Amino acid sequence: MTTTLIPPQAAPAAAFGQLVRNEVRLAWRQPTSLIGGLVLPAGLLVVFSFIPTFRQPQASLGGLSPLEEYVPILIGFSLAMLALFGLPIPLVTYRELGVLRRLSTTPVPPSWLLAAQGIVQLGVALAGLAGILVAGAALGTPPANPAGFAVAVVLSVAGLFPLGLLIAAMARTTNGASVIGRLVLIPMLFFAGLWWPRELMPAVLRDVSDVVPLGAAVEAIQDSMRGPFPPAAPLLVLAGWAVLFGFLAMRLFRWE
Amino acid sequence: MTTYSSAVEISHLRKTYGNLVAVDDVSVSVAEGEIFGILGPNGAGKTTAIECAIGLREPDAGTIRLLGLDPRADRDHLHQVVGVQLQASAFPPKLRVGEILDMCRSFYRYPADVSELTGALGLAGKHGDYYRSLSGGQRHRLSVALALIGRPRLAVLDEKAMA
Repeated sequence: MTTTLIPPQAAPAAAFGQLVRNEVRLAWRQPTSLIGGLVLPAGLLVVFSFIPTFRQPQASLGGLSPLEEYVPILIGFSLAMLALFGLPIPLVTYRELGVLRRLSTTPVPPSWLLAAQGIVQLGVALAGLAGILVAGAALGTPPANPAGFAVAVVLSVAGLFPLGLLIAAMARTTNGASVIGRLVLIPMLFFAGLWWPRELMPAVLRDVSDVVPLGAAVEAIQDSMRGPFPPAAPLLVLAGWAVLFGFLAMRLFRWE
Repeated sequence: MTTYSSAVEISHLRKTYGNLVAVDDVSVSVAEGEIFGILGPNGAGKTTAIECAIGLREPDAGTIRLLGLDPRADRDHLHQVVGVQLQASAFPPKLRVGEILDMCRSFYRYPADVSELTGALGLAGKHGDYYRSLSGGQRHRLSVALALIGRPRLAVLDEKAMA
């Protein structure tokens, strides 16, 4: 007896929506990225606004108040938390649990789960951005050049998120991924100016900051908030990191 | 158009990991409608043979056809018509059973009825429970449900050793 199979068909597109829905649920139930990407940066901005000296313009910061100085730094902080923890940790966990392997035996390829995770983290990034901008605007620091601001943010995401994929590619376990994330986060935040604003850094440190992904991101975002379209240098640096991290992540990422 | 005369046709399958020969010259023929089991002690190579059969591992030698399909060359087609249960596979602890079932159901064009499936497997009242709260046996039955949720023509179950 012979039986005939129906011809192969692509997986239903609705499956992608279901993957995204479950990723949203998990992001809500284990709110690490909501806290790091949204609550913490927007909250810090509000806390800073209660410090009276933070609202006074300072000559050393080029006439800006520390509060204005911190808006771009906190945007960078939010993006870094999502890129270094929000994106890689769930992916490494799925690989550890065997979810990616199990998925590769269904009509839906595991790359869909990676895409769903990316969309959820982008959503949190947008919410975090909105939170910081709303808090910032209420405190009198809206971006002066919206188009330049948008370009700076898009390139910052493009330069930072593939780093998260690279971490997911290198780490074997969830713990390993969070250790790498923390080791990368601290110097990145330093060069982004979280403890020592870029304007006050010695020339040598500022040169390093210019080429560190988060330093370039903060520089580009900062410039667009102050008026002019951001200069080419930080935008090119971000594009370069995007290509490098993206290439390495694609070469090294393992589904099993 | 793919036609087949037996559900599983494996001949002279061989798979080694370095010096370890995990599967040596295994041939299996399973007719449609037949239930076929492989038994053996730990390390006998059952899981390796199954993982070769469903395309997760590449055999060193031998041919495999499931429903007339080559598990690696016809991967996409195979995944639509063969349901799989893996031994080492879990889900995020904070997803609910119903959410996992609905997600996996959406992967297939002609899926099974979820409540019928969970009813038959004794998981009827569990849709609202988190995966982490399930017992080992319940997790196991959920993985069987997920292997059957796409109404496969062939189900490949890699069962844990159980009494």
